[in-house]
Formats: sequence, C-alpha cells, structure tokens
Amino acid sequence: MSAEAKDKIIEYVKQQKKSKLYFNDLCKAVPEIKMMQAKKLVNELVSEGKLKYWSSGSTTMYMLPSEGDVAKEEEGMN
Amino acid sequence: MALKHATPMLDELEKGPWPSFVSDVKRLAAKGNKMCEDWLGLMELSFKEKEGHWKHGGIVGVFGYGGGVIGRYCDRPDLFPNVAHFHTMRVNQPSSKYYSSDVLRKICDLWDAKGSGLTNMHGSTGDIVLLGTTTDQLEPLFYELTHELGMDLGGSGSNLRSPEGCLGMSRCEWACINTQDIIYDLTQEFQDALHRPMFPYKFKFKSSGCPMDCVAAIARADCSIIGTWRDDIRIDQDAVKGYVGGEIVPHGGAGGARKDFDIQAEVINLCPTNCMAYDGKTLKIENKDCVRCMHCIRVMPRALRPGVDTGATILLGAKAPILEGAQLSSVVIPFIKMESPYTEFKEFVEKLWDWWMENGKNRERLGEMIQRLSLRELLKAVELEPDPRMVNTPRYNPYIFYDPAGVPGGWEHDAVEYRKRHQA
Repeated sequence: MSAEAKDKIIEYVKQQKKSKLYFNDLCKAVPEIKMMQAKKLVNELVSEGKLKYWSSGSTTMYMLPSEGDVAKEEEGMN
Repeated sequence: MALKHATPMLDELEKGPWPSFVSDVKRLAAKGNKMCEDWLGLMELSFKEKEGHWKHGGIVGVFGYGGGVIGRYCDRPDLFPNVAHFHTMRVNQPSSKYYSSDVLRKICDLWDAKGSGLTNMHGSTGDIVLLGTTTDQLEPLFYELTHELGMDLGGSGSNLRSPEGCLGMSRCEWACINTQDIIYDLTQEFQDALHRPMFPYKFKFKSSGCPMDCVAAIARADCSIIGTWRDDIRIDQDAVKGYVGGEIVPHGGAGGARKDFDIQAEVINLCPTNCMAYDGKTLKIENKDCVRCMHCIRVMPRALRPGVDTGATILLGAKAPILEGAQLSSVVIPFIKMESPYTEFKEFVEKLWDWWMENGKNRERLGEMIQRLSLRELLKAVELEPDPRMVNTPRYNPYIFYDPAGVPGGWEHDAVEYRKRHQA
C-alpha cells in the first residue's frame, strides 16, 4: 500500500509543470491518505533520494532530484 | 591594514555611539577572513545601488533534515567570489539560552574554521544563527555540532521552529510554570516535526512563565503557553504599608530611591478592571475581576505575589504580518496545570496539527486559518467547549451563526412544499 502510494506521489510530481511543489500539492496525489500518513511517505521518499527538499528559509517545497542539482544551482542555472 | 574593498557608506555606520556590526566585520576582515572582506564589498555595493544581491533559498541541507540550513547565494560571484555561497545554519538554542563559556568558545572556534565567523546571537526565533558557509562544509559542521558539542540544528521552512521560553523558575520569582522543562520536553517530543517539514507553514511554540510574557509569546507564537494562577494574589499587608510609608522603594528600585510613592495614583487607579481598593490600612483585591496584567505585582513585588495554584493559559494564532496583518493570539485553554510529562497538552497539540494539516492553505499560519474557518471549527477539531474567556471582544451585532447540527430538527425545509401552504 505504501509503496503504491509513494509511486503515485512520484508520478504526480513528474506530471506537474512546476518543478517545486508544496507538501499540500503532493497530498493531492493520494487523497485517500491522511496528511500525517502522507508526511511519513514523503519523508521516506526524501530518505530514499526520490524527492528533494527546497527551502526558502520560511517555506519548504519538494522537487525531483533531477530538477534539484546543487552544482547547477550554485552556478546560477536553477 | 587596508581592506580589499573601500566602504565609505558602510563606514557611516561606525560613527554613532552604539556598537557597530560593521566594525565587528572589519575586525575579522583585517585578520585575513576572506568571506568578511567580500561581505563588506557586497554590502557596500547594495548600499550604493539600493538593491539586494542575495539570492533566496535553495536545496542545500544536511542528510535527513528538511530544516536548519538556509541556502544563500550572492548574485555577483564575479565581484565577490568568497561569498558566492553564504548559507545560514540555525542551531537550536538550549532552554532559556543557558550555555557554558566552554560551549560558546567551541561554537565560535567551529564557525571560524568552517564558516565566516559571523554569528547572530540570537535570531528572533531564539536560535543561534551562524551566518555564511559553503555547501561542502555543511555535513562536517553538522557532524561536529552533534557529536562534539551535543547540539542540534533548529527549525526552518515549514517545520516546527525551535521552541523558545523565558528564564522561568531559574531566575524569576514570578514564574508560574517551569518554562525550561516545558521547552526542553516539547523539543524532544516533537523532533520529527522540528527536522522534517510537514506543515502548511511555520509553527512556533513559545512559553512565558507568567503573564508579563517576557518572550512575547502572545505576539509571536502560533501556540503560546503562558504561566498564570487561578487562586488569589498573595498580599503581605505589612509590606504594603512599607511601600506607602516610603520604607520600601517601589518598582524594585528601578525608578531610583524615591519617597513620593502614591499607591492610589500608581497602583489602584491604574488597575484595568478597578478590582483593587486601599483604605489607608488594608489593600483589598477582588480576585475574580483580576485580568493578570501584573502591574500591581510589578510595582510592589515585596507586597504582592502571584497565587500558589499555578498552571498555564494556552493561546493560539499570533503572527507577524504576511497574509492578514499582525495579530495577537487568542485564549483557547484558559487554564491547564502543565505538569510533566504534559500529556494533556501534547494530545491537544496532536489534534490541532491534524486539523491544520488537513485544512491549511500553503503559507497560511494557524491564526489565519482560524480567522478563515472560525473559532467554532477549531474548537470542534480540538474537542473543547466554548468558554466566555475565549471571547476577545463582545460581538457588535445580534446575529449568531448556529450550526444546523446543534439545533434540534435542523432548519432544512422543502421550498416546494412550503409554497403549497403559502401561496404568493
């Protein structure tokens, strides 16, 4: 169940035009799951390297690793 | 020693009578700190052009954490290569900010070696803010912080932020709750929320030991835990006479050694609910009308003290202006004992977070959501009954929004059937 839900989240992120998504947006991929449970799945995805955090300092967003390249960001590419 | 960049505009900030952060940074630059040299040049450029040159946010962090590191990049690395990366690290402060000098030295030594050497003690949330390091130093810094100093990163982004409390019982005779223990306990209990983002936006706990609210929880915290008492203010009538007779100096001596204390003008008449009276012999307080402003206790600390049946008032929803303007928090639990292990309070918090996570919009603080969805919805979610003490201001109009479920029989009706009985 959780593996299936995690796949749904990743698929949902891949379909979006925006590269950075809020946690609430990720939850739209798995509306049948409570937010607290979804949070655990999203954190597992981060630990597995399938999602990355992006933080402005005040707000946190999520992105695919392919979008979030530190080297590119530091060259001013992202 | 001449610095790398001329800074005529920044130099103006060294001319006042106050301590200057520019002088501090120059001192580090003069010792050969290259980050500080370029930081001065970058700031001078910003002052000259009246434009900022920092880029906001990024993906940098330490493994497993979604907060505590804030990516900062300079948009003129061609001119100032040593501050091309200038990330901020937030370090969770110990309860009430008690450190040993040994730990402070170690933090500074660590930051001199792996960062810019610039610190902000403390940020407004309470964290130690370490300003300026590079991406490759983040993991080594984190390792030393946690393994050598026994410290941890604080909250940032959509996390629980580092809980913050006043000095409490360690220094203050008015503390009604053990703020240090509460803050430490909440920090340990909610580690996951502190390090792994889950909320629509930031969430802050702040705890003050008494209604004086020295950490300004009521103005800044999504959840304020403010010490209070529910019995009577303790009165030492002999000490009251001592103040009136000029034997004891009011305000703990803060106004100098004065002999002209007027209890009627300075205490009785200033009580916001007029619940005090002094007949020349005895001071009386109508405790049921006391709103815990603590003015009388502040003026005559040897004569008046908070009661002994102490606990906390829980308030929700304060914030600085982003979406809806600044607002103070509102009473939600008028009195709770707040004794370790704080189980009742933690259960309340879990229900509150469930509701906020399910209903909050992106970048919407809890107080804004309560404003949007109503206090009634909040009370349903956290399973509390309405109480007159939750009312900030009585309503100006007589209309009350009832919930259909709360009215026997509801009020749904069939318009077609109605028209059959009431022809136009």
